[in-house]
Parts: sequence; C-alpha cells; structure tokens
Amino acid sequence: MEAIAPRLFVAGPPPRLVGGRDRQTGRIVFPLPDAPSRFEPLELPPEGRIWSWTVQRFRPKSPPYAGPEAFAPFALGYVELGDMLIVEGRLSGFAFDSLRVGLPCRTVLEPFAGRLAYAFAPVEAS
Amino acid sequence: MSGVAIIGAGIFPFGRHEGVPGLQQGVAAARAALADAGVAWADVGIAFGGSSAAGHADTMVADLGLTGVPFINVANGCATGGSALAAAAAAIRAGQAELALAVGFDKHPRGAFDPMPADWGLPDWYGALGLMLTTQFFALKLRRYMELYGITPATLGRVAEKAFANGALAGHAWRRTPIDLETILAAPMVNDPLTKYMFCSPAEGAVALVLASEPKVRALGAARPVWLKAVALRTRPEGSFEVFAPALAVERGVSPTVLAADAAFAAAGMDRAEIDVAQLQDTESGAEIMHMAECGFCADGEQEAWLADGATRIGGRLPVNTDGGCLACGEPIGASGLRQVYENVMQLRGTAGARQVEGAKTAFSHVYGAPGVSACAILTV
Repeated sequence: MEAIAPRLFVAGPPPRLVGGRDRQTGRIVFPLPDAPSRFEPLELPPEGRIWSWTVQRFRPKSPPYAGPEAFAPFALGYVELGDMLIVEGRLSGFAFDSLRVGLPCRTVLEPFAGRLAYAFAPVEAS
Repeated sequence: MSGVAIIGAGIFPFGRHEGVPGLQQGVAAARAALADAGVAWADVGIAFGGSSAAGHADTMVADLGLTGVPFINVANGCATGGSALAAAAAAIRAGQAELALAVGFDKHPRGAFDPMPADWGLPDWYGALGLMLTTQFFALKLRRYMELYGITPATLGRVAEKAFANGALAGHAWRRTPIDLETILAAPMVNDPLTKYMFCSPAEGAVALVLASEPKVRALGAARPVWLKAVALRTRPEGSFEVFAPALAVERGVSPTVLAADAAFAAAGMDRAEIDVAQLQDTESGAEIMHMAECGFCADGEQEAWLADGATRIGGRLPVNTDGGCLACGEPIGASGLRQVYENVMQLRGTAGARQVEGAKTAFSHVYGAPGVSACAILTV
C-alpha cells in the first residue's frame, strides 16, 4: 500500500516516524523538511506517552480532509516520543473514555483512505 | 512618550447580516466612530484597517471620501484589529498625523474555518488525516493545561455561562440569551473537553476607532478622551504552543501573550492589580482561563477559585469580557480585537449601561491569533 507521504515513517518493525535534526543547532523537528543540507533524517522513538488528547466529533471539511464521507468521531492527540519530540497524530484503538494524559502508546501504521498512514495505539500489556 | 487618546468609537453590531457586505459594515463603523469623535473623514491624517475574509479595507475610501489619505491594509489574522490599533498609535506618536482611524471588519461563511495545509507551509497529509482544525488546537492546549493545573469542566462551563449573561446586556452582541450552566455542560462535545456552547462561532461585524494626539485632543476640546497608555504587539517565541503544529519541542516556552502583556504593562508603568476591567481573547472557554494567567492576572490554577467565586463577573474583583466576548459576540476575525477596545472605551466613559463596571478607570484588552501573535492594550481615563 502506498504511503500517505514519502519519508514520513519507516516500516520497522517496530514502525518509526522519521523526523529531522538540524545539522547546526541539533534541533529536532517532524516531519523531515525537504532541506537535506540543513536537516539530517532521524528515526524517532517508537513509543511514548500521551501529552494531550481530544476527540474530533464533527467531520472535518474536504478538502483538505481525505477520510470517508461516512464519519465516525476519532481521537487524536500529541504523544511525547521518548524525551525527544512531542508529535501530533490520530490515536487508534483507544476507548474514548479511557484516554488520559500520560497513557503509554506506540507508533503503528494503518490504512487511511486507501493509503498507509501513521497513528498511535495502546501498548499491549506484555 | 507623548499621549494618544481614543476620541471616537463606532461599531456595526456583531452577528449575521444577510446581504450586507463586510466592507459596508466597516464603512458604517467608520462613520459611527467619526460622528462619535465629532470630526470629519477629511480631518483624518492616516488610516489602518483590515479584514481576513471580507475584502481590502483601503477600498472604503470610495465611500468615505477620496481625500488622498494614506490608508494601510493590515492582515494579521485574529490580531488584525490589535495590529491596526498599534500602527495607528505609532503613526501619531511619530508625528505622521494628529488624527488616525483604525478599522476592522469581517464576514465569514458558517461553520468551522477551513484552512488549507499549503497556505500554512504544511504537507498535504496533515490536512488529509483530519488534523488541520483550529478547534482541535484549542482543545489540545486546554486539555494539557487542565491536567497540569487542575482546571475542571465546571470552570469551563462557568466561563460560557458568564459570557452569555454579559452578552444579554450588550447591544452589539450576537448571542443575547443567557444559558444555564447545566445546559452548557450537558451540550454535545465538539472537541473534548469543549461542548458546543464553549466555542465561539465565525461571524460578522465591524469596529472603528478614531485616535488623536494629545495636542489634538486639547484643540478639539474632546469631552471624553480615553487614553491609550500602552499597546504592545508580539509574535511567538521559541517553544510556544500554536495552532497547526505537527510536532512540539519537549522543551516548552511561553506564549506570545505573555510577551505582549509584559510589554504593555512595562510601557504603561502599571501593575496588574491596577486594572479595573479586562477583555481577554475567549475563542473558547479555556482560552479565557489560560489567558487570565498568561496575561498575569492570576497564577496557573487559581482560575478554578476565581470562577467559582464569580471574581470575573461584572461586580467581581476583575470583570472579564463584559460584553460577552467572542463567545457571545462571535468572531469576525478582522474586527474582534477592536471590539475589545470598543468595549473598554464604553466602560471607561461610563456608558456601558446595564453591564457597566462601577467606577472603572483602567482597562486591559488582549487579542490572540494564529500563527502565534498577540496584542495587548491598556486604557485609562
């Protein structure tokens, strides 16, 4: 399946998002800017904790939203990946009433509107 | 620093006006402000104005009169009005003009704003995944803040309850029916933890202000000048949490609001405790809560007690958003920041009617917008 964007993630396992590190300042960013002379690619930690969250209760307008016409509310949030970067994404597989700041989660790849996208899912108890 | 006063204020009511272009609403507000100041358009030496979605402010010279006046368009998102005010004051202080006009107006389609990723320098996938919504940003910033500082949903509800109660007393407000706390809290969620009554809606409306230099105030014999003690505009510093951010640095910083508020109080040589009434950007209930602390009126977390005690109601320790703010007035982006200043002018003149804060002598206003810009103004009489 085609990725929703090139150089956004690597499949792993485990899947990881690809950010960038400023070659001069060391500042870490996501997504990786298209400026190879300034930023070097950096695979971000695959796991992290929910930093903030919300539930999208109404269908976003299209464009730019590419989801199906039939809409179901979805969770999204910011996840602090390791101590490296706080990244925004859809939260997949969480019951809405279970969402809390600090919940552990992991990067996953899943289909979205016919392309492969990233999301953050619960970490299964081992 | 030489004095600058607001000697005229005009408003075109906020809400929905079928068939009335935003630009015409701006013209109406400008005429009202000129009449209120008792001056003619031909007397105005410089003008600043803008809208986000309703056209070019400078084209209103076709209606106001072709006097050759320099008219500069301002496009600074939600801070357009604050930017126009700051520029008008600076022009007077620089001696460019003795009388200046600041005008803001707008007219938006119904429903949430619909920005495109490319216009914000973002990749298409960000919008495709459904992450390109301002309402999400407000909810995400607020959820984090509630977690850190113990703010409860009831406090968010109290902000909205107060807004609609105040809006019922303001002739220029859009939502003029009080809504009780239970209804607000039980309403459908839009973006958790915010229910539909906790968000403002895009709307229409216009505000204009006439500013004058101190010598001009005296020469005109202006009866009720309101002095612009300070106006400060700042953009975001490193580590600020702003809308449409695919990632945030772990090391967090302060917001542009903190910088603008500090600069305004420093320029005015005043303390927070000296402020009698405040208008704070309340795009949603949580924004008012967070901006109370970012502007320095309370410590993080103290809002919980302030709201429970009614400290920000009219009659409370620091009345906030006395005309119902964005929640009751709606948000015409180009006009919102000037509406706050209009309301403060009414309060300081003592002409705010049923919503008058008794004996108000000092007022603060704060506007904030994407992608991280804030303007604060301090007025005195």
